Amino acid sequence: MYAQMVDTGSPSSMDERETRFQQRIDDGIRVEPQDWMPERYRKTLIRQISQHAHSEIVGQLPEGNWITRAPSLKRKAILLAKVQDEAGHGLYLYSAAETLGITRDQMVDDLHTGRAKYSSIFNYPTLTWADVGAIGWLVDGAAIMNQIPLCRCSYGPYARAMIRVCKEEAFHMRQGYDLMLSLCKGTPAQKAMAQDALNRWWWPSLMMFGPPDGDSVHSAQSQAWKIKLFTNDELRQKMVDQTVPQAEYLGLTVPDADLKWNAERGHYDYGDIDWEEFYNVVKGNGPCNRERLEVRNKAWTDGEWFRDALVAHADKQAQRAIAQAA
Amino acid sequence: MKNQWPLWEVFIRSQHGLAHRHVGSLHAPDATMAVNNARDVYTRRNEGVSIWVVKSIDITASHPDDKAELFDPAQAKVYRHPTFFPMPEEVKGL
Amino acid sequence: MSSARYEYLLRLGDNALILSQRLGEWCGKGPALEEDMALTNNALDLLGQARLWLSLAAEEAGDGADEDTLAYLRDDREFRNVLLVEQPNGSYADTLARQFLFDAWSSLVLRRLLASSDPAIAAIAEKAVKEVSYHLRRSSDLVVRLGDGTALSHAMLQGAIDKVWPYHHELFIGDAIDAEMVASGIGFDPEHLKDEWLAYVREVLNEATLKVPAAGGWMPKGGKQGLHSEHLSKLLAEMQTLQRSHPGASW
Repeated sequence: MYAQMVDTGSPSSMDERETRFQQRIDDGIRVEPQDWMPERYRKTLIRQISQHAHSEIVGQLPEGNWITRAPSLKRKAILLAKVQDEAGHGLYLYSAAETLGITRDQMVDDLHTGRAKYSSIFNYPTLTWADVGAIGWLVDGAAIMNQIPLCRCSYGPYARAMIRVCKEEAFHMRQGYDLMLSLCKGTPAQKAMAQDALNRWWWPSLMMFGPPDGDSVHSAQSQAWKIKLFTNDELRQKMVDQTVPQAEYLGLTVPDADLKWNAERGHYDYGDIDWEEFYNVVKGNGPCNRERLEVRNKAWTDGEWFRDALVAHADKQAQRAIAQAA
Repeated sequence: MKNQWPLWEVFIRSQHGLAHRHVGSLHAPDATMAVNNARDVYTRRNEGVSIWVVKSIDITASHPDDKAELFDPAQAKVYRHPTFFPMPEEVKGL
Repeated sequence: MSSARYEYLLRLGDNALILSQRLGEWCGKGPALEEDMALTNNALDLLGQARLWLSLAAEEAGDGADEDTLAYLRDDREFRNVLLVEQPNGSYADTLARQFLFDAWSSLVLRRLLASSDPAIAAIAEKAVKEVSYHLRRSSDLVVRLGDGTALSHAMLQGAIDKVWPYHHELFIGDAIDAEMVASGIGFDPEHLKDEWLAYVREVLNEATLKVPAAGGWMPKGGKQGLHSEHLSKLLAEMQTLQRSHPGASW
């Protein structure tokens, strides 16, 4: 997901305050910024929300790669607006994290120095125009599956940010599918482009949900805190079940020889995921990890004079106002 | 790191004449730019016709520990609500 | 096909399209999150304007053209944008300086076109002028802030203004197409905008404690007639790649 393998810290025995806190969460009462909360809850949320925000920000890059080459003016407008929405989502999420006592600049610094993570999915390259469609369809499709439940998560500012994000993001998936549809209805070369994109994005999209439940050490705590509402495998299964018929409609083949409907389970069975690849990408060895961070670092460093100058001007103006009043 | 833009809370009034509503926050070097940024961040989908911004640090909030004494007493005052006064159905205009 | 009105519409559309294309290059790489979003709004507005102008031009051409054939299947010699908008982004200061000079001019152009005898043109101008007024307010405000901000930002802005300045001359040079547009009441004489433009730009630069570059010097021109800088064909090669490599495909 956009937040993967979020560390929940080491559990200690709950004191009375913590028991009361857990009780409130169990009762469905939202936690708000000024409420008392266990330090582990606060830190975990900062990690999770900032990781989510970083994913939105870094996530602008793979699709942004095609803005200048979008093949029609309509598609260009749609893509520009979409990538801009992602910046907005990053902004909403950074703001939510800031209510937990961390500044945006600290979070950005954590991203740039590699202390903070972002979703593994954005370390894959967008090689063709069809990748833009595949990202919308598969990646946004996977993201929204996780984000809709998060609108009910226990931390108020996070839940409210998610509501806003979901409102804007629900149709990104449709946009992606619409793009794939027009490719699949197009020339053989366009259709081949769509199939190639599905081949490359299918497995990374399934990896997005994070390691299998058995290996997901922090899941139980996150679920108890209601900042994770479904397990990785539950969401992954949902994704497969939802996506396979969509691929069939497009006339595309899901690149999994083991994929078949299991009538007994009422779900699709799917093949083994290459978790080694996933951990490798998370560790920083994906195809684009270095490049993505370099671009973000450069944007930030190149923009420093701009940010500083606007503060300097605001300070001068404030001084001038004081001088004038005196 | 040294020159962070302060955080602002953004309030938007929608087209329908309702009161300004808190929609989120953003960073800006001063109030004028906060309004501009709010326009570019929070009204991209026709959400509003008026923007207020206020520095987050300028907001004074009630303390959650005071919740019981601040808000619980109101629960006992049912007579403040219209439903407390059942009216005869046949009488109109009340 | 090559009516004066068609040429005129191409000029309007190409200016918006090429500048929007340049601004799109910044998406995701701006100096601050809020600024990134603001600049993308700017790019989207310009792209919207480009589509309106080019659709109208396609209608005028009437040979099965549409906004996309015009945007994607013309070569650089057929583009009619001014040289200013095709200049590379450079630093964010360069981008802002280019935007400021353009916005100040474009808002005057659109205001004139509100009174066009051509209702379709006046209607597009009416929509676009509101957008550009905001762009101008934003770019002017930033120029003032950055000119005043720090020694570094002052120097960067001054350098950027000096660098882009020569390209403003072309904005005010009329030709036969302009003359025909004036005669038919569709357009205006570009030379008539110069004093007002200069007065406005001077006022903002003064407030920003920046110097207005000296008059005269190098005056590059020719974009309106299809004679561009080397930058345009590269920009188009990138923009048009899919349409060119998949002829006739729809997207």
